[in-house]
Amino acid sequence: MNSEETTVAGQLSPEQRRIGVYVCHCGGNISDYVDVQRVVDAIKDEPGVIVARDTIFACADATQENMEEDIHQYGLDGLVVASCSPKLHTVTFRGVAKRAGINPYQYTQVNIREQDSWTHGDNPEGATHKAISLVKAGIARTRLTTPLEPLVVETTQKALVVGGGITGLRAAIGLADVGLEVFLVEKEQELGGWVGRFGTMYPHDRRGSELIAGLVGEVRRRSSITVFTNAELMAKSGSFGNYVAAIRVNSDLPELIHVEVGSIVVATGFDTYQPEAGEYGYGIDGVVTLPEFKALIDASSGPLVHHGRPVKTIAYIYCVGSRQPGANEYCSRYCCAATAHAALQVSGLDRGVHQYHLYRDIRTYGKYELMYTDSRKNGSVYMKFPEDTPPSVARTDGGQLTVTTHDTLTGGEELTIPADLVVLVTGMVPRKNEELMGLLKLPVGTDGFFNEIHPKLRPVETVVDGVLIAGACQGPKNSTESVAAGLAAVTQSAAILKKGFAELDPQVAEVNAAACTWCEKCIDACPYSAIEKAEVAGRTVAAISPSTCKGCGGCVPVCPEDAIDLRGYTDAQIRAVIDTMLEEPVA
Amino acid sequence: MSAVAAAEVHEKHTGSVPRILVFSTNNISDPGIDLAGSQHMHYSPGVEVISLPCTSGIKPSWIAHAIDQGFDGVFIASDGDECAYLPDCAKRAARIVSEAQAQLTELGHDPQRVKMAAICSVCAEPFTRQVQQFSATLAALQAAGAK
Ligand SMILES: Cc1cc2nc3c(=O)[nH]c(=O)nc-3n(C[C@H](O)[C@H](O)[C@H](O)COP(=O)(O)OP(=O)(O)OC[C@H]3O[C@@H](n4cnc5c(N)ncnc54)[C@H](O)[C@@H]3O)c2cc1C
Ligand code: SF4
Ligand code: SF4
Repeated sequence: MNSEETTVAGQLSPEQRRIGVYVCHCGGNISDYVDVQRVVDAIKDEPGVIVARDTIFACADATQENMEEDIHQYGLDGLVVASCSPKLHTVTFRGVAKRAGINPYQYTQVNIREQDSWTHGDNPEGATHKAISLVKAGIARTRLTTPLEPLVVETTQKALVVGGGITGLRAAIGLADVGLEVFLVEKEQELGGWVGRFGTMYPHDRRGSELIAGLVGEVRRRSSITVFTNAELMAKSGSFGNYVAAIRVNSDLPELIHVEVGSIVVATGFDTYQPEAGEYGYGIDGVVTLPEFKALIDASSGPLVHHGRPVKTIAYIYCVGSRQPGANEYCSRYCCAATAHAALQVSGLDRGVHQYHLYRDIRTYGKYELMYTDSRKNGSVYMKFPEDTPPSVARTDGGQLTVTTHDTLTGGEELTIPADLVVLVTGMVPRKNEELMGLLKLPVGTDGFFNEIHPKLRPVETVVDGVLIAGACQGPKNSTESVAAGLAAVTQSAAILKKGFAELDPQVAEVNAAACTWCEKCIDACPYSAIEKAEVAGRTVAAISPSTCKGCGGCVPVCPEDAIDLRGYTDAQIRAVIDTMLEEPVA
Repeated sequence: MSAVAAAEVHEKHTGSVPRILVFSTNNISDPGIDLAGSQHMHYSPGVEVISLPCTSGIKPSWIAHAIDQGFDGVFIASDGDECAYLPDCAKRAARIVSEAQAQLTELGHDPQRVKMAAICSVCAEPFTRQVQQFSATLAALQAAGAK
């Protein structure tokens, strides 16, 4: 090879690449609509393509082995698989590349199923042209790949848990049991969050306060857990794997405690919706929220009494503060089940109480349906009201509390129920935690709860490496679901920390120092403070820390000198993809 | 003539459908576009997607380049308020679109050739509807002789 043929020292020019391309039938999922053979024929002479094959199932073990053989036999240095969505198999085929000695970032997956055959089943000719266009573009992109190595950082074998509710307590125990040292920071004086204040809870009728006492006992028994109550996280510095957390214990004390941690589990929980004065009669004596009612029944050991008056008739109004267009649009999940459970608790205290449940929809999902059935067997009456005519609450001149509603199931008939107590079944709302959000750079959704990267596939990770979210701070969850998320955060922390090192995605932004004029525009564009001033060859330029950069690319369009590229999505690659797509007419 | 009818007339006369380049995002809108496929919803094969980590990483010059080189339009399937990286993503994306439109105007192309809508990870139907409508708009632009 003479030096003119190489672009960068030791790197092949795009035309000299040796790429293997595999176009998948996916059984018939692709080939029923896309003429796979025509695609292979159309791309086999593209510059850099050495091997081009069709395959019935690209992901099958045997096919993966064949790819590895091709890579060895033909000395391939790039891989393209045209198949299903990259969300499904990028990791699979990066693994093939890696096993056979190709850098995994020189693999490209082209989506010709979800974004082609399945959506153009009405137009096989168009689908085939589109497949050719997409595969050619994938090859063009692969020609411009460079080997990328994940950044390896050593990780501290310690974790910080913020929030000592049921989620944070269970997570702290789990973290200690996988061998990590744990710091647990709770803002209040008492550990336990909401559950710590509850009497019996669904689904097992165990007392919340006892559950929490058990967990607190477990925490105390583990010397590797340090608990700070009346405490708050004040600052976070360092980078992934080695964060330094500054904790203030007792707001009167000026000194901060500094601890080094590898991961941070945020389990700061929720608040309940607080109705406005007058909303469903809130403010009238005898109108209470679900948490207020729960406290009343938890404190009772016999027939209910509210403000000195016996309670013989209760009306529950569901979905208060949940499922409201333009406000809290989500369903709060826990409240239908918690109310059915509360109704059963009331029947247990006094069989003679009449209970009317005025609902929009009952969502006692899964096994909680049995509580709903049980509550009906115990005399609870459920009535559905129309969404556009919610019930109204008033106290008559005679002092009687009444609820007026329309019963959808009897043709919208108007009913007035005299009640001793009206319970507003209030939903969950995000807890106000602006400072914490700012200092951990926690991503927040439009609903105000913290956002995970992917609700199904990466349910407790955030885009900030090593910062995990768990429990009701992520969105409405009951305690079973909250604890499950807490334990997922334990597993995730263990996966990150137990090896002693972590690999960071190398697809981060980088500055071409020669082009940078140190205008500082990119500095403001990066909310993660990943860009800093550096001296390169006697010039002041911007430099991006690969361990802090999240790879969003937000700084890329901001640079007036086009000096920033996101690895894996470089300017040259995107332009090549655009140009190559257009080479193939799509009829 | 309705926009959809214009699209049909355009196809009959030119034998081609408007070509639309979509910029999607790996975690939010691309899964929504995948879902449209999984549910076998149909849109034109003239629609092709490039997925990036975040909408705020799109260079306006890529949009201008795509249209200058032959795409009839660029549709940005944005993260909207759901971006996991940047709290001000929607604002940044709006700036990127207006910058791209300015570049297009300079190149003599109709700025209506860029369109943006927030597409979430389950927005299969909204995506399909949006690109069908955009196809129709672009066909109508073509019919009216716009560049
Ligand atoms: C009336 C009612 C009845 C319910 N009944 C049931 C039931 O029967 N069964 C069931 O499974 N679920 C029930 N739930 C739901 C249950 O309460 C939640 O699922 C559970 O509390 C979630 O736990 P968590 O630890 O995520 O949050 P939380 O309980 O809210 O705990 C969060 C903790 O974090 C602390 N914190 C917050 N911010 C900070 C900060 N910045 N720094 C440090 N610490 C902080 C808080 O002080 C709190 O201790 C009920 C809820 C309500 C409101
Ligand atoms: S915006 Fe571009 S030119 Fe300005 S400092 Fe950042 S990298 Fe350098
Ligand atoms: S890519 Fe995103 S995280 Fe990385 S430096 Fe640029 S703006 Fe910051």
